[in-house]
Amino acid sequence: MENMVNVYLFGKRYQVPSGLTIMTAMEYAGYELVRGCGCRNGFCGACATIYRIKDKQELHACLACQTEVQEGMYIATLPFFPLVKKIYDIETVRPTEQIMMQLYPEIYSCIGCNACTKACTQELNVMQYIAYAQRGEYDKCADESFDCVMCGVCSSRCPAGISHPQVAMLARRLNGKYIAPECGHLSDRVKEIDEGMYDELISQLMNKPVDELKELYNNREIEK
Amino acid sequence: MYKIDRLNELAEVVAAKRAENSVLEPARMTAKEKDDLLAAFHPDYKQNEFTVLSAGVNKGDKVPTQLAALLQGKSRISPDIDLSSPDYDTDVLIIGGGGAGASAAIEADNAGAKTMIVTKLRIGDANTMMAEGGIQAADKPGDSPAIHYLDAFGGGHFAARPELVKKLVTKAPEAIQWLNKLGVEFDKEADGTMVTTHGGGTSRKRMHAAKDYSGAEIMRTLRDEVLNRGIPVIDFTAAVEIILDDNGKAAGAVLMNMETKEILVAKAKTVIIATGGAGRLHYQGFPTSNHYGATADGLILGYRVGAKLLYADTLQYHPTGAAYPEQIFGALVTEKVRSLGAKLVNINGDVFMHPLETRDVTAASIIRECAERGNGIETNQGPAVWLDTPMIEYKNGEGTIEKRIPAMMRMFGKYGIDIRKEPILVYPTLHYQNGGLEIFSDCSTGVENLYAAGEVAGGIHGRNRLMGNSLLDVIVFGRNAGMCAAAKAKDTAAPKNLTLSHINSFNMELQEAGISSDELSPMLLPHYARK
Repeated sequence: MENMVNVYLFGKRYQVPSGLTIMTAMEYAGYELVRGCGCRNGFCGACATIYRIKDKQELHACLACQTEVQEGMYIATLPFFPLVKKIYDIETVRPTEQIMMQLYPEIYSCIGCNACTKACTQELNVMQYIAYAQRGEYDKCADESFDCVMCGVCSSRCPAGISHPQVAMLARRLNGKYIAPECGHLSDRVKEIDEGMYDELISQLMNKPVDELKELYNNREIEK
Repeated sequence: MYKIDRLNELAEVVAAKRAENSVLEPARMTAKEKDDLLAAFHPDYKQNEFTVLSAGVNKGDKVPTQLAALLQGKSRISPDIDLSSPDYDTDVLIIGGGGAGASAAIEADNAGAKTMIVTKLRIGDANTMMAEGGIQAADKPGDSPAIHYLDAFGGGHFAARPELVKKLVTKAPEAIQWLNKLGVEFDKEADGTMVTTHGGGTSRKRMHAAKDYSGAEIMRTLRDEVLNRGIPVIDFTAAVEIILDDNGKAAGAVLMNMETKEILVAKAKTVIIATGGAGRLHYQGFPTSNHYGATADGLILGYRVGAKLLYADTLQYHPTGAAYPEQIFGALVTEKVRSLGAKLVNINGDVFMHPLETRDVTAASIIRECAERGNGIETNQGPAVWLDTPMIEYKNGEGTIEKRIPAMMRMFGKYGIDIRKEPILVYPTLHYQNGGLEIFSDCSTGVENLYAAGEVAGGIHGRNRLMGNSLLDVIVFGRNAGMCAAAKAKDTAAPKNLTLSHINSFNMELQEAGISSDELSPMLLPHYARK
């Protein structure tokens, strides 16, 4: 006999086997999920969920696909949260402090309550990356926020109305495009290909009989 | 620590041999050894798991049994619904909001076409988001697109379409550059040199990555760009049938709101199917590393209007799905773990193969190690082998795991397993559809004005795909589909006399073949709710 636990999905009690995740517990209870279910592997942020253990004070946030059920869990999923995403042209913006002031000025209203960090389902230091964004340190903001799955729980807890994941998204794109060092060998290779440097080599391969290709493939040198 | 004492004891056996194993350079298999291994242990060779199709353009070909049921299943709509006043009218209609769909949308928009995306979940809910290890491109000195060609073509058992492989490898560096210019962050040295590693079956280190969130980093950037451009994204809306015009050309799709079930009609000059893979069909009872929506919808949509399937009988079982704990059973453990130096080890602590053979060979070898040789570790979900993750830091120094594969550390850490200190248990998981809708080098299918890109397309990878060639494929062929479909739309007049008569013809063919099915297809979502 499996060990069963009581969970409260939107307040209603269900008995489910321990060891399930919140997501599989919902399916065990009979839910056919459409919203609030995406990659089921902790990468897409579709299944943001908040819960509180019966008779305990603390409010927890998690991804339903990555979190095991516990006895007495009161569960509410947060399949959508209205984040503010500002429109910009990546070709014309520049990684200056002004761009954040212009697009996401509310980050300067952060009161330092740290509720975002406490709520993060990926255990990121959210308030810290917002501080970096305020100072225009987009490389640091990008690095600190890198594992963000944009589930939006941080923003749901923010008294200043900040859309943290969107701020970080902008910072990462600015960093990737403008701040991180350019890659020389990449542009060299693109140029060589455009100039047709590999056309003949490739067309030779395309026209070889399979037996010859097998010979080449099976004896090719493999870099250590 | 494992919650099961016996697993902790067995992990000690692995630890005891770590020093010895880390310096070992296991031999690679010969071509003959690989062929024999695949024939005996790869799931694609289990004939009783396949069904021969009785209707449609691939009549007589075998496909996985679950896929056959859907291909020969029942349409979700009646063919006589009113198509005369479409709810949407566009130049390019893109079905699917993953890496290929988003790339196609950006390029079609660039080309000035009126473009829209429909997706049954949200934009970015896709296998692209979950790709961890990286993306290949031959952009370093010492490597070349020709070497990449040989790796990909040979790794796919010489079955890929040469024109498609050529496009894949020669457009690869440009794809990386395009992503980088959109703001995708790649792992780089201080001077801008890309940090690259091997993947299974690569002969050069050409795997570019963004930690082990490579696909997520690419997908969230593409999504942001689609939104910045104001391209309409109709989410929670699935395509359930392709619409044709009276000349048999694709002219739109019938859509269904996933929540309200409302039926809508989208008319388009050209249509791109970019719906992804099929892991959620759980072929042969395997768990899957795939997204919730990976239910082969695009294959069904295309097949009903006469688009041909290529290599639909070849699937990729990723060698290292998580086998323990049960909460993450089947989840992807990126190949990058092996690229960074972790080896595959059996219950006796012995390394039983070279860790970077191609995926089909590695998966078959793990299955053999458990099934034939009895050297697997039993878990509640079945057998498994060890992947010795602590070896990564043993070889490359402390901090490597947190820096290079933080998602893996987090995934196992949630269940008390510190992959820096303890090896993990793995077993093959259903990962990728090697074949799909047959495409030509402009991403066209055999049906005029119907295009396909991404995992739904077939021919690029032959019968086995290499790590890092799928993220590459979705970008290269996604962009290509967007450009070609936009160009074709420019030369196409507004479609007239829209029809769904192909549903009737297909039903007739099924009837003549003696097949009657109540299974609704496309499937749209798996049925996981307990009845």
